[in-house]
Amino acid sequence: MAIALVGLVGVYVRALVFTPIERTQGPAQKIFYVHAPAAWAALLAFAVVGILSLVYLWLRDRKLDTIAESSAEVGLAFSVVMLTTGPIWGKPIWGTWWSWDARLTSTLFIFLLFVGYKVLRGAIVDPEMRARYSAVIGIMALVLVPFIHMTVYLFRTLHPDPVLMKPGRPALPGVMLITLLISIGVFTLLYVGFLMQRYALAVLRDVREEEAASAIP
Amino acid sequence: MPSSFWTVAWAVAAKDLKIEWRTKTAFASSIVFAVLVLAVFYFARDPTAVAALDVAPGALWVTFTFAAMLGLNRAFLLERENRALDGILLAPVPRSAVFLGKLVGNLAFVAVVEFVSLPLFVLFYDLAIWRQLPTLIGVMAMATVAFVSVGTLLSSMVVRTRFAELMLPILLLPFLIPPVVGAVQLTSRVLAERPLSDLVGWLKLLASFDIIFVALCFFLFEATLEE
Repeated sequence: MAIALVGLVGVYVRALVFTPIERTQGPAQKIFYVHAPAAWAALLAFAVVGILSLVYLWLRDRKLDTIAESSAEVGLAFSVVMLTTGPIWGKPIWGTWWSWDARLTSTLFIFLLFVGYKVLRGAIVDPEMRARYSAVIGIMALVLVPFIHMTVYLFRTLHPDPVLMKPGRPALPGVMLITLLISIGVFTLLYVGFLMQRYALAVLRDVREEEAASAIP
Repeated sequence: MPSSFWTVAWAVAAKDLKIEWRTKTAFASSIVFAVLVLAVFYFARDPTAVAALDVAPGALWVTFTFAAMLGLNRAFLLERENRALDGILLAPVPRSAVFLGKLVGNLAFVAVVEFVSLPLFVLFYDLAIWRQLPTLIGVMAMATVAFVSVGTLLSSMVVRTRFAELMLPILLLPFLIPPVVGAVQLTSRVLAERPLSDLVGWLKLLASFDIIFVALCFFLFEATLEE
């Protein structure tokens, strides 16, 4: 966790000072080093939820459910970073805050799915039932995401691209690529750090709930 | 005691439909709801600027899905009364047969609502659909199977949570994106009499969604009903 935070500072310094300013986009492109890694961490978090859900229904280990819960919440935090930095970057560069392209739409719906996941968890009292139900949603979400992507892809290819859409993705120059990779590495560490913190919190909460339950005669 | 898979499924579906037939409240309210949505949507456009044909497919599918959601909420609420679900769980029958029964019951319910609102839709929006009717019904069947199967699974879970009525739309709507977008696209193409080659991509998407999600719901339903 501490390493990740120190790394985060390092990434910002590197991104702000040591990378060249992109020719067409100007300094606005710097947000890339936050946006892309945050998106990566969010998708990683949600993939972890989906896979843990599948394993949970198989092994029925409470720990798996608690990790999935923690991962979903950390993923939501990263998605908020992704969904706020995205439009901030998009407005000056694409000329629009939002566009309904496949990637944007899929990530928005992943975010909404996991908001639903959290809401569902909040609405079930029995921990065993909560674990099973959230595992079902986790698995369904994992299967749904490629479908949403395909849907939007089909939808868009049948309409011509708006003029303001994003330009072709140029290969990144070396310095930028390295900064991006470092940033992705740091965000992954940050994810693992947050996950461990959140998991510890969840374990403490469970212990407390059990104590409270056993205190009532 | 019915023992084979199909008799169990049929018994569950027949029971639900019989309750529906005797009370008629859910049918009546879903159909009235569908008529209202169709009528409201007609006025949600500028008739001099937007042709009815442009807004019609969207209006049709918003109507169908919202009316279906009313029905789906009810499917497992029935079982909550007098803890009827516990009775079903105690019965020595395969859970997947119970799911199939619930699914068939819900499909029948939604199909009736759709077949009542479709003529009204044609009437309100003044569309000539007779020649495309078989294709349109095919599209309706595919999309309906898709969202009713997911809806049946989700409603079996949400009825046992707090805020059940609020929870179903929140969880179900993301799953409606592929089938409903596909259905709207297909409907507008069918109504515009476009050739089959224009439909194939979306038909494939709907078909694969149907196959994968119906199978997945069967598999996951067992996990939602354990005590």
